[in-house]
Amino acid sequence: MSDDAPVPAGDRWATLRAATSARIGLGRRGDAMPLDAVLDFQLAHAKARDAVHAALDTEALAAALQPHSVLQVRSAAPDRATYLRRPDLGRILDPDTPLRGGAGLVDLVFVVGDGLSAIAVQAQAAPLVQACLARLDGVSVGPIVVACQARVALGDPIGQALGARLCAVLIGERPGLSVADSLGIYLTHAPRPGRRDSERNCISNIHGRGGLSPERAADTLVWLVREALRRGVTGVALKESAALATGPSKAPAISPVANGDPPASEPTEG
Amino acid sequence: MAYRCDLGGERHTFADLKQVLAAASPLRSGDELAGLAATSDAQRIAARRVLADLPLRVFLDQALVPYEADEVTRLIVDTHDAAAFAAIAHLTVGGFRDWLLSHAATPEILAALAPGLTPEMVAAVSKLMRAQDLIVVARKCRVVTAFRTTLGLPGRLGTRLQPNHPSDDPRGIAASVLDGLLFGVGDACIGINPATDSVENARDLMVMLDELRQHYDIPAQTCVLTHVTNALPILERGAPVDLVFQSVAGTEAANRGFGVDLAVLAEAHDAARGLKRGTVGDHVMYFETGQGAALSADAHHGVDQQTVEARAYAVARAFRPLLVNTVVGFIGPEYLYDGKQIARAGLEDHFCGKLLGLPMGCDVCYTNHAEADQDDMDGLMTLLTVAGCSFLIAVPGSDDIMLNYQSLSFHDVLTLRATLGVRAAPEFEAWLDRMGLTTPEGGIRELEPRHPSLARLMDRASRVA
Repeated sequence: MSDDAPVPAGDRWATLRAATSARIGLGRRGDAMPLDAVLDFQLAHAKARDAVHAALDTEALAAALQPHSVLQVRSAAPDRATYLRRPDLGRILDPDTPLRGGAGLVDLVFVVGDGLSAIAVQAQAAPLVQACLARLDGVSVGPIVVACQARVALGDPIGQALGARLCAVLIGERPGLSVADSLGIYLTHAPRPGRRDSERNCISNIHGRGGLSPERAADTLVWLVREALRRGVTGVALKESAALATGPSKAPAISPVANGDPPASEPTEG
Repeated sequence: MAYRCDLGGERHTFADLKQVLAAASPLRSGDELAGLAATSDAQRIAARRVLADLPLRVFLDQALVPYEADEVTRLIVDTHDAAAFAAIAHLTVGGFRDWLLSHAATPEILAALAPGLTPEMVAAVSKLMRAQDLIVVARKCRVVTAFRTTLGLPGRLGTRLQPNHPSDDPRGIAASVLDGLLFGVGDACIGINPATDSVENARDLMVMLDELRQHYDIPAQTCVLTHVTNALPILERGAPVDLVFQSVAGTEAANRGFGVDLAVLAEAHDAARGLKRGTVGDHVMYFETGQGAALSADAHHGVDQQTVEARAYAVARAFRPLLVNTVVGFIGPEYLYDGKQIARAGLEDHFCGKLLGLPMGCDVCYTNHAEADQDDMDGLMTLLTVAGCSFLIAVPGSDDIMLNYQSLSFHDVLTLRATLGVRAAPEFEAWLDRMGLTTPEGGIRELEPRHPSLARLMDRASRVA
């Protein structure tokens, strides 16, 4: 709070602030922002940057995913600096990564990738996967793959190598100032390199600050998984039938990945 | 045709004109990602030597993107004004740089020249110019457009008030609009990026913004930045559409990635002009662009990021826009890595747009995965304002809570007005004065809590929806 006049009773700004988390009514020092507001902003930016640059603790994640077996892989991006400059490398597997499928097909493979927020993955991925597994009776699930320096499309070669009908990539979304630990899920039918973003379905904004809860996200993903297996498709075609089946209130959470319009709707995935 | 240059005992060769342009570009991550960047710093200077000696008309003789394959190339070639170009037809690219900086290149002469310039010419010359050159020449370009306010007048800086909300909540949006108005922001546009891009939602937001504008009698234009194919049915239903928005890029294939072509833009332009909602002008289009858009759609045809961006301005120019905005730092570090690359790109885009005759503004911004912070934005906003930028984007406290990136704050606009003496559009300035928001010195007053104007503004915003 600012250090001068106390907020008067019935402050109209209180009503307005309740309607938005935007940084409104900050006050002024001359023409500039008050120092408290400047430092609040700098802390939020620092947390977002820390989230971008944090490394995923794969051992802790594997422990949290027990008793399910975990495979660890990396993309062809050797470090964070390269990862940020070369999204193409984040979409292909490190050539030294051994990855072979078991005998025959599985319905679903989970890929847990750091993306642009390892802290989101660290905190939320394991409970989310466990919540999904508890709801997936009758669906065969392969090993859970934990991937470092991963972009969404890294799930394509992984899913292909493991013989998966569907690949669900859980990945850290690009941190914002208000939320640095938001998780997204991208579901792709018949994963293989070259899949377009419009062939995926996305569940975004999974976080604990007014976002989608893990339980709700798991419900949505499991519904999508069953529909995708039944209809043999993901992406725009599945989104349209989902909107019909669940009504408009749920439709916005299940979107095909926007592939145009970088100013307004660039995918915020890793 | 190959080009070569012997420099410092080393021979540099370039396979074609595209490679010369790409290698001459100041370093940026997008060209590295595309495999188009110079292979060494020395090679970059060799490319600039080659480029400096090329005649300007080489860009009329050689299409970087084939005429037959691309409607943007056809637009550029078919609308080129040879008579306007005649004044500089004898120059090399290097000679053009010198001429632009000369006192002979006055605002009037530059305005008359604009139809004779192609995007490739202005992109090429920008690669031979330092930041200060880009500023000096852009400052000489006068581009005036109008709808309910007049933008681009000397000594003025417009602002877009961007009151985004993650769930498009009307009260949340109204609260941010109010906050911006109290800082004197919004003369270029009050414009929402909708979180949900549907016809119904966009229409509802348009009606809400229009009611707010009419209630306060604000001489400004509103816009909901929905896709042009959403705007068309909304226009047909007679909703209050001031400006039609669209993101555009520099090739036909990249525009297809955005879901648009020249025909649909022309249709929307005609429909919006037909409403005759402007009071002091009839510029009705608002375009956004940004380096990296074509590469991200895999539609760059091997052309470097900055040159293909300049081609987007040819698309914008065909539809007499009120506003063109380069969203310079939004796309991410794989295209513009850090504050230095973002600042250079912002100055290039502003220069190229202005030289082509566009009302060029900028979203001075960055994402959290880029190597940049507010200090970098302070620098770029100052440079662009000195360069005569038509308008800048501003959001509450620099934090766009819907798009999750950082732009300028309303406070930043006050700082630019105070330090550089730039004022809001005259119609909007008169309204600010009527609302008791201006000081005798021309600054923006911080209203006391009990000021009647503040009470009136806030009560209405609280009652929305």
